[in-house]
Amino acid sequence: MSLLEVRSVDANHGLLKAVRGVSITIDDGETRALIGANGAGKTTLLRVIAGAHRPAAGSVVFDGTDITGVPAHQRVTLGIALVPEGRRLFPGLTVEENLRVAGAHRRGGPWTVDRVLDVFPILRARRKYRAATLSGGEQQATAIGRALMCNPRLILLDEVSLGLAPRAVAGVYESLRTLIGSGTTVVLVEQDLSRALSIASRVTCLLHGEVVLEGAAAQLTREQVTAAYFGTRRTAAGATS
Amino acid sequence: MTWVNVLLQGVLLGGFYALLACGLSLMFGVMRIINLAHGDIAVVGAYLVWFLVNQTSMSPLLAALIVLPVMWIAGYAIYILLLERSRREGVLVPLLTTFGLAIVIENVLLQVFSPDVHSLGSNTGGLTTASVTFAGGLTISALGTVTFVTAVIVLAGLQLYLSRTNSGREMRATAQDPDAAQLVGINARAVYARATAIAVAVAALGGIFLAIRSTFDPSTGPTQLIFAFEAVVIGGFGSPWGTLLGGVVLGVAQVLGEQINPQYAILFGHLVFLAVLSSPRGGILARRSGEA
Repeated sequence: MSLLEVRSVDANHGLLKAVRGVSITIDDGETRALIGANGAGKTTLLRVIAGAHRPAAGSVVFDGTDITGVPAHQRVTLGIALVPEGRRLFPGLTVEENLRVAGAHRRGGPWTVDRVLDVFPILRARRKYRAATLSGGEQQATAIGRALMCNPRLILLDEVSLGLAPRAVAGVYESLRTLIGSGTTVVLVEQDLSRALSIASRVTCLLHGEVVLEGAAAQLTREQVTAAYFGTRRTAAGATS
Repeated sequence: MTWVNVLLQGVLLGGFYALLACGLSLMFGVMRIINLAHGDIAVVGAYLVWFLVNQTSMSPLLAALIVLPVMWIAGYAIYILLLERSRREGVLVPLLTTFGLAIVIENVLLQVFSPDVHSLGSNTGGLTTASVTFAGGLTISALGTVTFVTAVIVLAGLQLYLSRTNSGREMRATAQDPDAAQLVGINARAVYARATAIAVAVAALGGIFLAIRSTFDPSTGPTQLIFAFEAVVIGGFGSPWGTLLGGVVLGVAQVLGEQINPQYAILFGHLVFLAVLSSPRGGILARRSGEA
């Protein structure tokens, strides 16, 4: 059954229409990759789902309930957590404080500070350090850990590999596989196509704020994806929404 | 020995300024709002206690215990009814809003209580005048000590609240990144309202001490705001201990000026403030903004 339904959502940044009539259905337990060039509307779409950006039109339905008007902080309690682009940790708080502050309003669930530290062992030695002093990979791990502390049913990951060393990216993705294995529904935005295709079960490609391609990751050819990504053969790519 | 005494009196006076400044610092640290009505809110606290004491002849302490929760609730109301709406319109609007609030408060006080000067000094008995004189001429007044100890308790409490409790961590997180705070389930609006409530209640507490140590009338607020503002700037915005230190530096400067010539008290305070303001770091414990 579907956990999340985005129904014909429009979202603007001032006069710019960042997302135009996007409809996406995500099943419970699915791993969905959102791909597309810069400015395609991926980040805005994630922020609409998380409640951080109010859509101009359309609705968001989570677990059968319309949550379009629910503010971001209450969506966390429902089980939606966003790992925002650029990590957005609280720089003056320690790693542990960053995790604890997220754990205060969560829904019930298995995640504790210790369990997050088990999944991201690099953080164990850093738990008393201020987030601002961490390396990029450590910060990203903390940001994902912070989202996990909310015990999400749906976790939204925005460009988790951005600005990280290749080794750190590998580490982050290894942890993601553990997460996916545990049944959490994941929507991730990823610039790296091969990473996105290898981890996701389904792929949605956005172009200029619209869905131009959607399909099972295993059945899409690289050519199809590339064409949709750059908009070179838009009609031929078989837009579904 | 005179100079040791000056230092001591300055430190004790600094406790009073820290108490006045603490809420101003908190509101700026958490919300980036400079509350120009801060001094007037303190004076409202003084008037309410004075009113209760004179109408019912209850003890000032009991009156304060009634007034502080009332001011706490008033703080919530000020945020939800005034500041939240003005915050959406950018940084300058809240400044103008609090300026307007200051004028409204001053005129309401004038209307209700007349321009007469009042004091709680005569209602607090021995506390106002008692002092201990040590060998060598060191004098410690009871009121100064009580004020200073209260200030230390309030600031230490605030520091503990911010660093140790969940609610305090949320306040720091919201101060640093309100957008990310909402994404981890923090209701930023509730945090802001809470910060305003704390600030208003502590301002009222400062106002009550002002009423005991000195006199007040409807136009006392702006002067107190200036002292509070100077203490905060000297100590660096957003850190409770910085505020205490700022208050102490301001207090010592004023008592030192007074020692040289009674007319110089306020002037010396202003000079230290200007010196700190023009120094490269701008604030003794100035930290990067956002680390409330």
